[in-house]
Amino acid sequence: MNLTPSLEMAKATHTGMVRSHNEDSIATDPQIGLAVLADGMGGYNAGEVASGIATALISSETREALARHAPHELDKSSGSPLATRLLREIIARANTSIFQSANSQPQYAGMGTTLVVTFLCNNQITVAHIGDSRCYRFRGDKLQQITRDHSLLQEQIDSGLLTKEAAKRSQNKNLVTRALGIEPQVEAEIRTYPAQTGDIYLLCSDGLNDMVDDEDIEMTLAAIGSNLPLAADQLVQMANDNGGRDNVSVVLIRVKKDFPADDGLWAKFLSWFK
Amino acid sequence: MAKLILSLDGQVIKEFTLTKERSTIGRKPHNDIQIDNLAVSGEHAIIMTILNDSFLEDLGSTNGTLVNGQPVKKHFLQNNDVVEISKYKLKYVNEAPANMSQAEFEKTMVLRAPVAGTKAETKAPTDTQNTVLQSAKLSDTVINAQAAAAAAEAPKPAPSPAPAAAAPAATAMPGGQGTIQILSGPNAGKELPLLKALTTLGKPGVQVAVIAKRPQGYFITHVEGANFPVVNGKALDVQAHQLNDHDIIELAGVKMEFFLKS
Repeated sequence: MNLTPSLEMAKATHTGMVRSHNEDSIATDPQIGLAVLADGMGGYNAGEVASGIATALISSETREALARHAPHELDKSSGSPLATRLLREIIARANTSIFQSANSQPQYAGMGTTLVVTFLCNNQITVAHIGDSRCYRFRGDKLQQITRDHSLLQEQIDSGLLTKEAAKRSQNKNLVTRALGIEPQVEAEIRTYPAQTGDIYLLCSDGLNDMVDDEDIEMTLAAIGSNLPLAADQLVQMANDNGGRDNVSVVLIRVKKDFPADDGLWAKFLSWFK
Repeated sequence: MAKLILSLDGQVIKEFTLTKERSTIGRKPHNDIQIDNLAVSGEHAIIMTILNDSFLEDLGSTNGTLVNGQPVKKHFLQNNDVVEISKYKLKYVNEAPANMSQAEFEKTMVLRAPVAGTKAETKAPTDTQNTVLQSAKLSDTVINAQAAAAAAEAPKPAPSPAPAAAAPAATAMPGGQGTIQILSGPNAGKELPLLKALTTLGKPGVQVAVIAKRPQGYFITHVEGANFPVVNGKALDVQAHQLNDHDIIELAGVKMEFFLKS
């Protein structure tokens, strides 16, 4: 099933104004409704390697998995859509792949990456994330963050030690509590939400949300969200105009119309392989 | 590493480096920072330090604790805050390490073991709470080598200072406040000051352009519609176009002038 009539995607990534190279990596595939964003970390170019493995492997494995499975069907063991289990397995493989490269090649030691993946299917969006890369939903002129960072600051906010305002003044920025490829196993947080026509989903690295306030992101999507590539470039530009202290990456996804899964077609399609 | 400078009547008495996760302040000798004065409670206050952040908490002292002149129970300490206990002053100094560039300092790192104290367990002093910052130390040399390389390359725009950077782009613009004056149509004569970072012009669904206010000036870009905005008689392409004083813009059949109002 090709989702391009229902989904529009735009992306932009930039090294920023301070860093010497871009360790972020992004991939989009509107046909299958997939977007992946990873913010790598590690010395020399290891960060790029880790984020590159994550986006490439997750994109190709998802494409492969979709040829074999109908992602909207319910997984008998968990009762949730199969997409959740597929994503979990694919992310686990990406974790293993990065972890093994890091351990077998000294120049990649300690590399890892944050990750946010969105997969749209059957009028739903499944969001998986690890670390502090985020997914926001823009609906009815309101922007809402739908992922919760796996970071020290977020833990401190949750425990009541810091307010959201105070967190902006913290010197402990950029400490994530979970990352892909650092340990033999990692748990991705995966959630599924209903998607509506007109929704815009924003995936971003912390280079955006550290430099641009949520209100300014919301204002930008409200003003020029009708032109998705322009809005993506504008967000990156705003981060850079505000100092661009980190790599900045954004993916924007617009739901142009609803996209119910077609059981009949799937059944037909699958019968080819039986 | 953050430190506290204890002084009385402008005379520095002692400096304390906040190495421990919990540093106690009080009159009794077992305190990390002892102030032997009757106006100071036995256990007066505590400073909890989590990596690079420190939090001050008054432990229900008799005479209270002030920060920058205001009484506090709990306070997230900022560089140069002055804590007052009785007639004593404790200046909190926490500067980002000078030998690391701001950018390198802010590299994302993974925190493997949960940091003690994040569960807001401010009471019940325990002796050994270890913070383990995994991989940070490991990659220090790598990061620094990279910093040196980056410094050698050099021709990068200077980063703006840290806290100010999060502020919305440019409030005071050089050359004056960008303004649009409508020249034709029913709204002719009206002025529209470009106060926001983005101002959209035109009719949604027909033709829309946006003017972005940036540190370098004002830029107009086409957003939607089959026709592109015309500036000084020339149609724009998809690229952003920097506006100059007294440029004439035509958009959705309406003529307007951009000017810088001083």
